[in-house]
Amino acid sequence: MAKILKKEVLTPQIKLMVIDAPWVARKARPGQFVVLRINEQGERIPLTIADFDLQEETVTIIFQEVGKTTMVLGDLEEGDEILDFIGPLGKEIEEKYFGHVVCVGGGVGIAPTYPKARAFKEKGNRVTSIIGARSSNLLFWEEEMRRVSDELFVTTDDGTYGEKGFVTQVLERVLNKDKVDLVVAVGPVIMMKMTSLLTEKYSIPTLVSLNPIMVDGTGMCGCCRVTVGGKCKFTCVDGPVFDGHQVDFDELMARQRIYLEEEKRALDAWLMETEKEGAPYHVY
Amino acid sequence: MSTERPSRPKMPQRPPEERIKDFNEVPLGLSEEVAVAEARRCIQCKKPTCIEGCPVEIDIPGFIKLLSQGELDGAIAKIKEKNSLPAICGRVCPQEDQCESKCILGRRGQPVAIGYLERFLADYEREKGVKAPSLPPPRDKKVAVIGSGPAGLTCAGDLARMGYKVTIFEALHAPGGVLVYGIPEFRLPKAIVAQEVDYVQSLGVELKVSRVIGKTFTLDDLKDEGYQAFFIGTGAGLPYFLEVPGENLNGIYSANEFLTRSNLMKAYLFPRYDTPLKVGQSVAVIGGGNVAMDSARTALRLGAKEVCLVYRRTKKEMPARIEEVERAEEEGVNCIILTNPVRFLGNENGWVTGIECIQMELGEPDESGRRRPVPIPGSEFVIPIDTVVVAIGQGPNPLLLETIPDLQLNRRGYIAADAETGATSLAGVFAGGDIVTGAATVISAMGAGKRSAQAIDRFFTDSNSFPEWRQ
Ligand SMILES: Cc1cc2nc3c(=O)[nH]c(=O)nc-3n(C[C@H](O)[C@H](O)[C@H](O)COP(=O)(O)OP(=O)(O)OC[C@H]3O[C@@H](n4cnc5c(N)ncnc54)[C@H](O)[C@@H]3O)c2cc1C
Ligand code: FES
Repeated sequence: MAKILKKEVLTPQIKLMVIDAPWVARKARPGQFVVLRINEQGERIPLTIADFDLQEETVTIIFQEVGKTTMVLGDLEEGDEILDFIGPLGKEIEEKYFGHVVCVGGGVGIAPTYPKARAFKEKGNRVTSIIGARSSNLLFWEEEMRRVSDELFVTTDDGTYGEKGFVTQVLERVLNKDKVDLVVAVGPVIMMKMTSLLTEKYSIPTLVSLNPIMVDGTGMCGCCRVTVGGKCKFTCVDGPVFDGHQVDFDELMARQRIYLEEEKRALDAWLMETEKEGAPYHVY
Repeated sequence: MSTERPSRPKMPQRPPEERIKDFNEVPLGLSEEVAVAEARRCIQCKKPTCIEGCPVEIDIPGFIKLLSQGELDGAIAKIKEKNSLPAICGRVCPQEDQCESKCILGRRGQPVAIGYLERFLADYEREKGVKAPSLPPPRDKKVAVIGSGPAGLTCAGDLARMGYKVTIFEALHAPGGVLVYGIPEFRLPKAIVAQEVDYVQSLGVELKVSRVIGKTFTLDDLKDEGYQAFFIGTGAGLPYFLEVPGENLNGIYSANEFLTRSNLMKAYLFPRYDTPLKVGQSVAVIGGGNVAMDSARTALRLGAKEVCLVYRRTKKEMPARIEEVERAEEEGVNCIILTNPVRFLGNENGWVTGIECIQMELGEPDESGRRRPVPIPGSEFVIPIDTVVVAIGQGPNPLLLETIPDLQLNRRGYIAADAETGATSLAGVFAGGDIVTGAATVISAMGAGKRSAQAIDRFFTDSNSFPEWRQ
């Protein structure tokens, strides 16, 4: 059981929760994730650790409501408990001095970008960050990102805030005018793919953090397998951070779609059920 | 009245057409009358060989004698002297390769149905309700048991009965190991596992689920918390894949994923339970062990129209229990033998559509004593399917082992441990079950847990024990 100490609505669909989980907080490192299960009937879902606090022994998670589980989670309030909160899982990123590190965060991926940017900054790197979202109402943590970056760029696909366009176009500009030693990209698979294709042209080492479907998160089921450099890897134990130039992103995108139909069925059933009980109806 | 000797009873079971529609248990158990009659068939050998076949050396003639006299309570107590999980073992032990294979009656006729009798007695006791025994005075020594499979549960239970303070740490959210995530409900009802776990907890064992040792805590963290001895029973949970092209296509699962979704996560109750499991019309299960049989029978129950088993040797070499192969076939599973996948074929959306296979023939025996399958050149053919379950075996999960660099492993990556005690290369650290032997059986894991509990007691009480650790 892990208690929700704080809940913040970052955008209508993106929520932040601070969880009382000393057993995770004590060991958490940037790049790692947790697996949680809300209740007895719940599924196990992975969420990246967006922040952790050793003093308070808390872990911060940020999630976008995209299906039943994330919506049920989003409906929980401060003081409520999550049945299982497991972690920290996965490997941490290598925190060291590279020189100039560019951190690229897309959508809800801004959350996991933050601890990485902070860690690189603490190691003395010069950190340039580029964050982007589809629209201004999906952007969050601009101030947090600014605090841990030497320079910050913001984009929205529709131009409602910051520069209009994709994070990759800003990245290309940075790559053209500056020497970059490492690029770290976290976000939708398509964005990580485009980023990796771009940096490959410039031969800049690039790390991406993958988000396949998982069950146990401990290397026991192989559900999270991805192809990296032609080899089969388990994201939950070998990753989630991999060399972006080696990842088969198309395969990952296909694998993320395995349960689309079932996810929709579960969501529809839940919306019907909760509406009956008078719970708020989510427009998505 | 006939004077003919009664013959071994058949296990009553639900008809195949009915049972493939749900996940309820298939065998129904013997009645008291039949069980007692069967017990009377035992000739009470002077030098019983059946006991040699039992990895935990249950006094088999002893319990059977009590049963034949109608002393059910005495009979189950006799079993429990050696086996603390009889309701589970009575269901899943391969008795045909163990005790029953040594029964003298089996030389000329049919061996006594020892497994059925064990199950009958365990169920009798379960229905009555099991009382926790009185415990000795507590000892101020703390033991950490890592993993709650049969090895861990048994070790923890035995240590608690000696008065030690025991905590089990389990990575998953439910205790039981393979008993809950692997073996399906229709073969081992989860209520039975839960009852065994409750019993272990009633002995004072503390259970911490959702704690991944190596990640959440390291062994050193636990030492700092005051644990003075450790038992590692983390099983063989790493799924092997065929490593042929196309294996990451959608619709291809490891047996671990397939069974975990169905058993632990209850995907068969989707959408009442949130975890989905997609099963198509036509399923191929690769492999010939118990895990393959369980996967095939689960696929049928989840609505597959056709399920085939693809195995590279013949039925005779299948490692699965004969009983399980028979049940699978009764239910309509089709065995395609002497066949090995070469690659998986898929469509433009990334879903599997078929398996290209090659036919095999049996050559010379390999180190396991079974004849080695060799491919017949040019015999490739395609099996059209839309779902595949790969059930070709499991290995040791390196997650915890990587965090204990000083722990010695064997050639195959399992923990090197003394066969009698489970003692490892590290002082105070014991190991047993599948993480030492590789994927084996419930009863052998239990036996290892038992022996380590004894050894841990000696480690604490006898300062001359384990001299190699005490320099
Ligand atoms: C589908 C299937 C069917 C089977 N059928 C039969 C059968 O009919 N008869 C039979 O005798 N045997 C059968 N077996 C084999 C039998 O189940 C195993 O040999 C037995 O369960 C091994 O017990 P164990 O305690 O060593 O490990 P497991 O049962 O594997 O338990 C290990 C436990 O440790 C936990 N763990 C792992 N790593 C960590 C960690 N780092 N921290 C904390 N916890 C951890 C795991 O989550 C798991 O719960 C079957 C196996 C499978 C998979
Ligand atoms: S989620 Fe099961 S192995 Fe990675």
